[in-house]
Amino acid sequence: MSFLSFLISGISLGSIYAIIALGYTMVYGIAKMLNFAHGDVIMVGAYICFYAVGHFHLPPVVGVLAAMALCTVLGRVIERLAYKPLRSAPSLAVLITAIGVSYFLQNAALLLWTSNPKVFPNFFGREAVGPDGQAQLLTGVELFGGQLRISYVTLVTIVVCLVIMGALSLFISRSKLGKAMRACSEDKDAARLMGINVDTTISLTFAIGSGLAAVAGVLLCSAYPTLVPTTGSMPGIKAFTAAVFGGIGSIPGAFLGGLLLGVIEILSAAYISTQLSNAIVFAVLIVVLLVKPTGLLGKAIREKV
Amino acid sequence: MKRMKKTLALLLAAVLCLGALAACGDSGSSGATANTTSGGTDTGSAGGNPVFKLGGTGPLTGGAAIYGNAVYNAAQIAVEEINALDGVHFELKFEDDQHDAEKAVNAYNALKDWGMQVSISSVTSKPAEATSVEAYNDRVFSITPSASSTATTEGKDNVFQMCFIDPAQGTMAAQTIARLNLSNKVAVIWKNDDVYSAGIHETFLTEAAAQGIEVVSDTTFADGSDTDFSVQIADAQAKGAELVFLPMYYQPASLIFAQARAAGYAPVWFGVDGMDGILTLEGFDTSLAENVYLLTPFNAWGTDARNVSFVEKYQQRFGDVPNQFAADSYDCVYALKQALDAAGCTPDMSNADICSAMLAQFTSMTFDGLTGTGATWDGATGRVSKNPLVVVIRDGIYVAAD
Repeated sequence: MSFLSFLISGISLGSIYAIIALGYTMVYGIAKMLNFAHGDVIMVGAYICFYAVGHFHLPPVVGVLAAMALCTVLGRVIERLAYKPLRSAPSLAVLITAIGVSYFLQNAALLLWTSNPKVFPNFFGREAVGPDGQAQLLTGVELFGGQLRISYVTLVTIVVCLVIMGALSLFISRSKLGKAMRACSEDKDAARLMGINVDTTISLTFAIGSGLAAVAGVLLCSAYPTLVPTTGSMPGIKAFTAAVFGGIGSIPGAFLGGLLLGVIEILSAAYISTQLSNAIVFAVLIVVLLVKPTGLLGKAIREKV
Repeated sequence: MKRMKKTLALLLAAVLCLGALAACGDSGSSGATANTTSGGTDTGSAGGNPVFKLGGTGPLTGGAAIYGNAVYNAAQIAVEEINALDGVHFELKFEDDQHDAEKAVNAYNALKDWGMQVSISSVTSKPAEATSVEAYNDRVFSITPSASSTATTEGKDNVFQMCFIDPAQGTMAAQTIARLNLSNKVAVIWKNDDVYSAGIHETFLTEAAAQGIEVVSDTTFADGSDTDFSVQIADAQAKGAELVFLPMYYQPASLIFAQARAAGYAPVWFGVDGMDGILTLEGFDTSLAENVYLLTPFNAWGTDARNVSFVEKYQQRFGDVPNQFAADSYDCVYALKQALDAAGCTPDMSNADICSAMLAQFTSMTFDGLTGTGATWDGATGRVSKNPLVVVIRDGIYVAAD
């Protein structure tokens, strides 16, 4: 039974990685750039939601929508100011700029919201009468007489992940804009010749990616509720790893990679060593990349010269 | 392209102007603080009260700003109180070091040029390690409120600490658990990439063995895996630990409390001074921290008259409940006054003379402050020895545990 409960912990951690990895992988798949500021957009989204709900007393759903809207705007602004001028620059320059944006966001958050940690409210609970007759907040479902416990946040995260995954896949494969995105990712010049506005398409990708980041931020902070300006950076890097693990650019790959990363992290901590769990996670990543350099679900694209 | 260059040049010029303006603002504000804090200096020098120039550095901006500001605020209160009393008076100047060793040395040099005679050193450990070397070379007598690393005072005879060194807390925690008879089966969760946590963990294990406390579970976490503690909690629970020792800062601890409650595990929790601050966490459900024991140098809810008056003044002026950093800083200024008074120092003495007179005082005197009574200092190491305060959280405030 303890194995099952560790597995559930792993899945709940992994589902958070997965939802962050979706944003990474989508932007990479279309714009072919690593947006290292993604983790910090997540942090901004979480702060917006925290203030909307905690200080302006809006209902959580409105808070999440506000965070999504503002993060979408933020994503557009970042793209316009930092990435668009570098459209024809080498990818290394864009990468460094993304790291710069990440630091900028962290420090701006430090100025705006200070380094004092905030505790994020739990939206996913329901009131119930406890065994002692007092009202208590239930935050999860219990199975097998309380031996196994799955929190609502985990369930919601997995469902949201699947929904986003399905919607993104449909959007990219079926819609006209999605088609334009795929065309841009395959060959920008040819896409431009076909009458696709490459700039707008890439901006749209960033807007969607940042909107997803807001959702990820709210779910991340609901599951692990301390909020500081660096909240997004480590999960962001782990999620990036998850995206590479699953095959960067592949949307189902990000989901699979995230879940596996979380499960491996928790199980290696539980059964091998809490000291070595991070080392084991990255060792597994290296082995996977040695055997399958494109990641688990990544496709090898042959460059035609 | 040309237009762009022009705009760029204009922008640059604007930024430079802004920089100059900001600098003006800065000097303006520090001038203002110097005025307020040295309120008694003019009358003091006329009336014969010796006035000493007291300096210090700490992070007033950036990620660690809460600590630096607490120290600066409390030092201002202490200086104002002292300047209304007989004996030595102070003129305080406190510089921002942004928790950066290099900036701290620059700040120290600025203070040196100003004519600093005694110092409350630096607030955080890394900057303090750098400025204490300078203070040692310049023979400026220093006592740091809060830099707790052993390297801060090591090999520097004129640098003292008001706070306990990190490893000492592990020993004191094990002794306290045994003294209060809290439990014989304990678990430890610590952070393996943090010197503070690792140092306390090590001394705790040694002392626990000596006290006959059995450590049944010993698990760790690190930066980047500090969100999910289900494994560590399950391990402690499965091995029947009745007490969990948490040598860490309050941020991960708040997650551990929430996750343990969700898992239905309710041991006795025991923290060290890094746990101080958990009750001020915005949005934190304080019922999670109910019955948490912690070693802390300062209890803001203490009922001692001096304690109450300090907390009231601090709240009135700065709107916050003072933390241990503030209390340590307040004590530092008073300890300096006590020693200067007893040594009969005068401001016209050279720094080296003041320093040797102060050394004689600090190694022989006993000091009663907010952060502990009967404090004495070891001349060889500069470390303080005082009774640690053990508190337990009840209904969202600290209550003395024994």
